[in-house]
Amino acid sequence: MKPIETKQEYNDYVDKKSPNSPIFKNCFNAFFVGGLICSIGQIIMDFCKFKGMDETISSTVVSIVLIAVSAILTGLNIFNKIGKFAGAGSLIPITGFANSIVSPAIEYKSEGYIMGVGGKMFTIAGPVLVFGISSSVIIGIIATLFI
Amino acid sequence: MNFLQSIDWMGLLKCFIVGGIICIIGQILIDKTKLTPARILVIYVTVGAILGGLGIYKYLIEFAGAGATVPLTGFGANLAKGAIQEVKSLGVLGAFIGGVKASAGGIAAAVFFGYLASLIAKPKIKKQ
Repeated sequence: MKPIETKQEYNDYVDKKSPNSPIFKNCFNAFFVGGLICSIGQIIMDFCKFKGMDETISSTVVSIVLIAVSAILTGLNIFNKIGKFAGAGSLIPITGFANSIVSPAIEYKSEGYIMGVGGKMFTIAGPVLVFGISSSVIIGIIATLFI
Repeated sequence: MNFLQSIDWMGLLKCFIVGGIICIIGQILIDKTKLTPARILVIYVTVGAILGGLGIYKYLIEFAGAGATVPLTGFGANLAKGAIQEVKSLGVLGAFIGGVKASAGGIAAAVFFGYLASLIAKPKIKKQ
């Protein structure tokens, strides 16, 4: 075997040796679970509208319910099992955002309830909020030029 | 008329398919690139905010309902939509108020239930 000299060669070597992740199976699982989570959201939304709430409130209720359920499922260590099966299917919906808050909070519980749970909660959710909120501020400022 | 009879099955199917496809894109990013889940979430929320700001995302919401609002792109689009709406009534100040105001429910729920769930959970011992 010839020695590995460049970074490219090394990457090719790693690709050859590492097991192929079954991408079609992963995509199917992601599609199925992701679709299912969204459909549950849609049913909650339809139910809110059926009860006479407007579009904005209904959509907030959907977020709150899905976040609450996935936070509790993460706490009970059930969400991780779903996540292993579903991959992006449970990460991309708002459930993944909730999971990303609860997981580190539980993991760092031993460091105390203020700096451990309170601080580490935002390890992943922090960047999401920073970029999400900052984009919305920029978009709002740009919008003032057009209104 | 009861609730079960009122369910729009065609709308539910659209929601399932669009929500599923958005997740497939995420799965391809996980499998084919070296992006970490945190980066993918950031990309999703930012792309959602941009599409929301350009006024494109609302067509997807009209078509797929929760299939477009539940994925994190919907969260981003909602932030952008809130900022633009608030700018209309408050001017530039609205840019700082609208986004978070529109998604306050979700953010507060995530913080509150996140803290609550971590109180009830036992930290698991990592298997080596």
